[in-house]
Amino acid sequence: MNWETVIGLETHVELATKTKIFCSCTTEFGGAPNTHCCPVCTGMPGTLPVLNGKVVEYAVRAGLATGCRITRYSKFDRKNYFYPDLPKAYQVSQLYLPIARDGAVAFQTEAGEKMVRIHELHMEEDAGKLVHDPWLDLTRADYNRCGVPLIEIVTEPDFRTADEVIAYVETLRSILEYLGVSDCKMQEGSLRCDVNLSVRPVGAKELGTRSELKNLNSLKAIRRAIEYEKTRQIEVLEEGGRVIQETRRWDDNKDATFSMRSKEDAQDYRYFPEPDLPPLRLSEEYLAGLRSSQPEMAGARKARYMAQFGLPACDAEQITREKALVDFFEEALALGAPAKEVSNWMLGDLMRRLKDEDVEARRMALTPGNLAALIQLIEDGRINRNTASKVFRAVFADNTDVVEYVTAHGLEQIRDAGFVSETVKKVLEEHPNSVDDYRNGKEKAFGFLVGQVMKALKGKGDPQAIHQVLKTQLDRG
Amino acid sequence: MTDLLELTALELGAAIKRGEITPTQAAEAALEQMEETKKDNAFVCITAELALDRAKTVEAALARGETRAPLAGVPMGWKDNICTSGIPTTCASKILTGFAPPYDATVVERLERAGAVALGKLNMDEFAMGSTTETSYYGPARNPWNPDHVPGGSSGGGAAAVAARSCWYAIGSDTGGSIRQPAAYCGITGVKPTYGTVSRYGLIAYASSLDQMGPLARSAADCAAVLDQIMGKDPRDGTSLDVEAGELLGGLSGDVRGMKLGIPAGCFGEGLESEVGKAVLAAADVLRSRGAELVELEFPMMDYVVPTYYIIAAAEASSNLSRYDGVKYGWRAEQYETLTDLYQKTRTEGFGMEVKRRILLGSFALSAGYYDAYYKKALQVKGLIRQAFDTAFQACDLMLTPVAPTTAPKLGESLSDPLKMYLSDIYTVPVNLAGLPGLSMPCGFDRAGLPIGAQLIGPALGEGRMLNAAHAFQLETDYHTMCPAQRGGRAK
Repeated sequence: MNWETVIGLETHVELATKTKIFCSCTTEFGGAPNTHCCPVCTGMPGTLPVLNGKVVEYAVRAGLATGCRITRYSKFDRKNYFYPDLPKAYQVSQLYLPIARDGAVAFQTEAGEKMVRIHELHMEEDAGKLVHDPWLDLTRADYNRCGVPLIEIVTEPDFRTADEVIAYVETLRSILEYLGVSDCKMQEGSLRCDVNLSVRPVGAKELGTRSELKNLNSLKAIRRAIEYEKTRQIEVLEEGGRVIQETRRWDDNKDATFSMRSKEDAQDYRYFPEPDLPPLRLSEEYLAGLRSSQPEMAGARKARYMAQFGLPACDAEQITREKALVDFFEEALALGAPAKEVSNWMLGDLMRRLKDEDVEARRMALTPGNLAALIQLIEDGRINRNTASKVFRAVFADNTDVVEYVTAHGLEQIRDAGFVSETVKKVLEEHPNSVDDYRNGKEKAFGFLVGQVMKALKGKGDPQAIHQVLKTQLDRG
Repeated sequence: MTDLLELTALELGAAIKRGEITPTQAAEAALEQMEETKKDNAFVCITAELALDRAKTVEAALARGETRAPLAGVPMGWKDNICTSGIPTTCASKILTGFAPPYDATVVERLERAGAVALGKLNMDEFAMGSTTETSYYGPARNPWNPDHVPGGSSGGGAAAVAARSCWYAIGSDTGGSIRQPAAYCGITGVKPTYGTVSRYGLIAYASSLDQMGPLARSAADCAAVLDQIMGKDPRDGTSLDVEAGELLGGLSGDVRGMKLGIPAGCFGEGLESEVGKAVLAAADVLRSRGAELVELEFPMMDYVVPTYYIIAAAEASSNLSRYDGVKYGWRAEQYETLTDLYQKTRTEGFGMEVKRRILLGSFALSAGYYDAYYKKALQVKGLIRQAFDTAFQACDLMLTPVAPTTAPKLGESLSDPLKMYLSDIYTVPVNLAGLPGLSMPCGFDRAGLPIGAQLIGPALGEGRMLNAAHAFQLETDYHTMCPAQRGGRAK
């Protein structure tokens, strides 16, 4: 039988607000245990939450950018369960009236453009984390992450392949980065995906029984978990078995999913409206204000780069794929570097270094200012393009100042006309055969002579000047 | 010293300001009286040293002219569910034994700024769940008028202390009548203000959508003076309202001419003890004699108020009390194997019977499959109750009802029949469900010499009108000035 895989995604995104959702503690990642918390986020008796307006703004922006309807009257609800990382024993979330609903996200796959529907987007608070100490055989609670704001974006079951899921996550990440609402670091957990997956015979209308996959900490894990789980479910069904509704944990080391809990032991979260927070009413003016100040997203920016700077479509596409690259590009331009030059450097040398050194664009040390300075050195004729490439390579990892580097390594071009002329003369004397070849119409010999001059100048010659002097002397002789 | 104890809070405040009495003298007198009335078990924690230090501080501030608040230097007490920095705050529950919050409630900050001298923490029903102060982990408080009777609850310790003259006022909390009913049982005046007018920051929650703090004191004027200090917007409480505060005391004219006083017929029928009904209606006549107009009203929702209240309050409580799990503070079971075992044993040992009953009731009302039938339905009825009040207040300015169907029951009577105890909340809970202000004032005594209370209910933010009517009543009557000793009660 042929099977179709049906997938829906729940994505938790940590918002990049400075302070937590209900108190003024910092949201900074890390920190010694229990130093980023206060009586409010640790749920001490008698304390009360007060909603951080920035969280609402970021959630609304994310809702708008994913094509959602914004709920003008939304509410918070309590999700009740006991766990030591949840000091109030309930998580403040939104069940009945989430901040945004009914959106859609389009993305490119190899099979063309695809659209998935967004069921809802809601705000909630993160929990703390437990640290197990195997030596002392005890568990400690760290509440630093308690109250860090999250949005959860829930899709309809519109995905059919892992490729689509990956493309969606990358697009979603780009959207959120463009908005500046999250840093979307999967490794640090600021973007986490749960996959809901079921299979059904091709052509069937009804959905199969799904399992929910958790602990997916990278795109690679998502892809492998989907492939594994799809195969597992098909095997179960083909052997005449029944898929049970359950939550399964992906194990990166074992490359497999394992059952965590079945629907039968699913908890009853006893959701009810959070009485400590008044309903959230958003005015039309407020929404209009956010709508009109939404940042320029990838598509619009790509079009603008093509129109404004004359970049080819594929170049504009590559730069706008990542917000970190866009920021780099625009900052370099703001420092006066020509768009075309910056783009060429980025798509050539920079991309190569990122790939070879396996660095993410947003984590690279090199600053736009340093690249702009490098470009300026070429324009000023102080180094040639070849040397510049070597300098780029050398400073990429630690962002050493290019001017200092060039000076320290004596890489400046030789601009002493007399010295260049002397060198050319010497090279011509040393290679009479090549001179003859050139004069007999062998153009290739000219290139060889240029190379020899450059070599004699230890690569620091100005190619244009060498050309000129060489030509003059050859023609004269 | 007897004279000093007989002053109202405002009179004492004025005497302190005139330099006739020092805050230290007042605190010492109160501590002495507390010792005399110890058997009432009104206080669960006495902070005598802190009180005397504090009295000195206020004295100095007064001498420098730094504080002008009318109650500066007047000794008072906090219900034990109000967070006081560094001082045990236990909600009279074993599960919070040893818990001393590292922060003050907003009301504490505000009253201390106004020169309050706190004597300690007052007994209460465990987590404010109860109508008698018998569910306290520290044992029941007793009614100063007759120690065989309860002082009411849940702010029973505060009511008993004020009635017994061991403090001049107390801050209590009222979720379904917990200020008004003990005030009635103890013959004092108590106010539950409009929901959102007093910050709940630092009040350990029972039912968040209904909880509200307020004063228990010897007169409506004293209550007004306290409310002037504690009402008003607090950025730490998202449900607090942006209201003008500080004008209540100055607004007490005693003039009730032309005021329409609504008498809901349904509140004077079946289940109400006739002595209580008579005394409350007599209070209506007193107000009429000062120019108020009496208006008969229908109040259609009375059959639903108690079940609606107990579903909503218990549901919220089941969630609010989940944090007491033995992990972070308070009681932790000594022996346990697993995490679940830790939770179960801690909560089994830490909570009393009534609290467990309400947690179970609330968990059930919120559970999958029952939410719509109970909690959601209760919220709908809550909306209807609000509407019924809106309609009623189109025909009147204030409503007058009994506070409770009876006077204070004997110790032990109520807990054996919780349903009966719940039903006795019938006159007070609708006020919380509608978020309105309510006031309890003494209006007589039954044959056994126990006080009877009358309740005034105002429209939202109608505190001024409500306090003024009570003040008018107290200008005509002397029930509020009586103390147990004068009528053969225990306090001396």
